[in-house]
Amino acid sequence: MTAVLDYGVGNLFSLQSSLRVLGLETEVTGQAEKLRAADRIILPGVGAFGDARAKLDETGLVPVLLEEAERKPLLGICLGMQLLFDRSFEYGEHPGLGLIPGDVAELREDLVDKTLKIPHMGWNRLETAKEDPLFRYFQNGEYVYYVHSFYARNCRESTLGVSQYGNLAVTGVVRRGNVWGTQFHPEKSGDAGLRLLRAFAEL
Amino acid sequence: MLARRIIPCLDVRDGRVVKGTNFEGLRDMADPVELARFYNDSGADELVFYDITASAEGRELFTDILRRVASEIFIPLTVGGGIRTLADFDRVLKCGADKVSVNSGAIAEPSLIAAAAKRYGDQCVVLSMDVKRVDGRFRLFAKGGREDTGIDAMEWAVRGVGDGAGEIVLNSIDTDGVKNGFDLEMLDALTARVSVPVIASGGAGNMEHFAELFTHPGVDAGLAASIFHTKQVDIRDLKRFLRDRGVEMRL
Repeated sequence: MTAVLDYGVGNLFSLQSSLRVLGLETEVTGQAEKLRAADRIILPGVGAFGDARAKLDETGLVPVLLEEAERKPLLGICLGMQLLFDRSFEYGEHPGLGLIPGDVAELREDLVDKTLKIPHMGWNRLETAKEDPLFRYFQNGEYVYYVHSFYARNCRESTLGVSQYGNLAVTGVVRRGNVWGTQFHPEKSGDAGLRLLRAFAEL
Repeated sequence: MLARRIIPCLDVRDGRVVKGTNFEGLRDMADPVELARFYNDSGADELVFYDITASAEGRELFTDILRRVASEIFIPLTVGGGIRTLADFDRVLKCGADKVSVNSGAIAEPSLIAAAAKRYGDQCVVLSMDVKRVDGRFRLFAKGGREDTGIDAMEWAVRGVGDGAGEIVLNSIDTDGVKNGFDLEMLDALTARVSVPVIASGGAGNMEHFAELFTHPGVDAGLAASIFHTKQVDIRDLKRFLRDRGVEMRL
């Protein structure tokens, strides 16, 4: 069973639908025992980092999440991926879960071409940098759908794939041990996105 | 870099797609779920649904359709039509919409944009504008283009973006339905003023019009209805055509 952690952030309709189309048994849950019983966990999220972190803390599930990440695959999506890092500089400084070394900063800060639009919103090519079981059904260079204004940096070692936006190689996919993250939305990335989710479900 | 987007638009009334479906295969193509599936399979980058229903029954049919489309189509969905309150935002987002487009609702209640952006994020709020030239100025129209608001359209766009609109759909009443090409002059005037993504609407008559549109760097996407519904232009053919012209396309 795949557990989708529900901590009151974002809309889970599409994610649930995509997992259903893939024929995966899914549980949207905010309960510790469901996370413990799951074969794998998805951490979704949209909105602001600080708010999301606060809401995640309110659930009291952070220790469970950290524990389970040691023994089963965990996938963070979009803001859920950003939460995996050490810290974020979105409106102040907020601690992340520390599962992957690196930090989350504003795209605008590091983009040289100031005419590029923020958020980085739309379809961009994902260039895979390493082989990984997550890419089992994915071809290097396929397009995925992004919507974000902040991005993960100082995480070269864990980066599996990037998308070019102006001068920046925007971190697209990361992995450290059992923990994966995608900045883009696989559940909105058409067939390519579904194939990534399928591969995750087979981990 | 980001690919330019091709977006078919489905106007739905009482559970059926109503615009430009007067062609062969009419029965199937007029079913919004079938049509959405068809566009998804032919490479559309996003879908826009406008609810042009007046009745409560029609509205319920619409949300039901939206739910069905969102359950099986995994590309971004934008929904508009009759969005006047945060409760309207909530209703369509819960049915699987990713973005919500406001038009007359924001003209009647300008604080709607800021309130929605605060609750759902800028990326979720699309400002849709119907614009027409009046006395040499770009004027904002309301109620499906029937009512001149007297508001300067470019000022309205700047204000909307300042309030948190994350994207703008610019529908030129002057070129809409004429099929003589997009309103490039109006689009340039807009992209010079705002830094959010701009979707061009109104005037697409053939593939050449899209090629012309995308020589304008500030335009992110082209939206059309009837040329796609009637199969006069196939989206995959269009995207190949544009890619061959050097436009970045997701294929």
